[in-house]
Amino acid sequence: MSVEIKVKDEVLTGYLSGEIDHHSASGLRTAIDRAVEVNMPSLVILDFERVSFMDSSGIGLIMGRYKNLSKRGATLNITGTSPYLYKMMRLSGIERIVKIENKEKKQ
Amino acid sequence: MNAKNSFSMKIDSRSKNESFLRTVVATFASVLDPTVEEISDIKTAVSEAVTNCIVHAYPDTIGKIYINCEITDNTLTVKIRDKGVGIENIAKAMEPLYTTAGEERAGLGFAVMQNFMDYVRVRSVVGRGTTVTMKKNIQVRYGSQKQR
Repeated sequence: MSVEIKVKDEVLTGYLSGEIDHHSASGLRTAIDRAVEVNMPSLVILDFERVSFMDSSGIGLIMGRYKNLSKRGATLNITGTSPYLYKMMRLSGIERIVKIENKEKKQ
Repeated sequence: MNAKNSFSMKIDSRSKNESFLRTVVATFASVLDPTVEEISDIKTAVSEAVTNCIVHAYPDTIGKIYINCEITDNTLTVKIRDKGVGIENIAKAMEPLYTTAGEERAGLGFAVMQNFMDYVRVRSVVGRGTTVTMKKNIQVRYGSQKQR
């Protein structure tokens, strides 16, 4: 599991890859929070296209980042969710607080 | 009639074992020729149950997680048991978004198990431990020639 961070202007994109579970989530959390601290973006996009597995720890990761970014007045968007990942996101109701782009993408 | 098949294992409640355990159960179930979605459902539900053992059952210690899997006809039964702290109020623990584990946990573990599996039962005794039993019926698809 890893996250590759790219920054352009005030947009920070985190390209997640591999499996997101309780074990891997803490490293991702630290990496994203550190990048936000350094770059102070107004928009953060988390790209899930290369995520092969995600349990509800991924929802916890998104919710935690949403709260963190809201405090800074920044926005969080999600992109690249496969139908399988979207099933988890829909169940969590996270779409009420975070915009999910490209959610119809096929696996 | 397909012969019954089963396996059991006991493993330390370390978070690095989450990936191993969901993969083992999914691989065991693969003889039923599940779809990609069914495999994902099983892996996710197992991951949630195992994470509960690690985070909640043994919060400050490394204990044992006991896994028992069985295939009967086209049904996979997974039993995940711990000898940890137990759950005082199971109904409350199973409410979506309820968590005692802080801001980084979504409180969705049981909701995911109930949505992704066909049957979930939770039994728990405070101070003795918790057993989660889950079943998934794998659809038999036309043209499937898998020997079980």
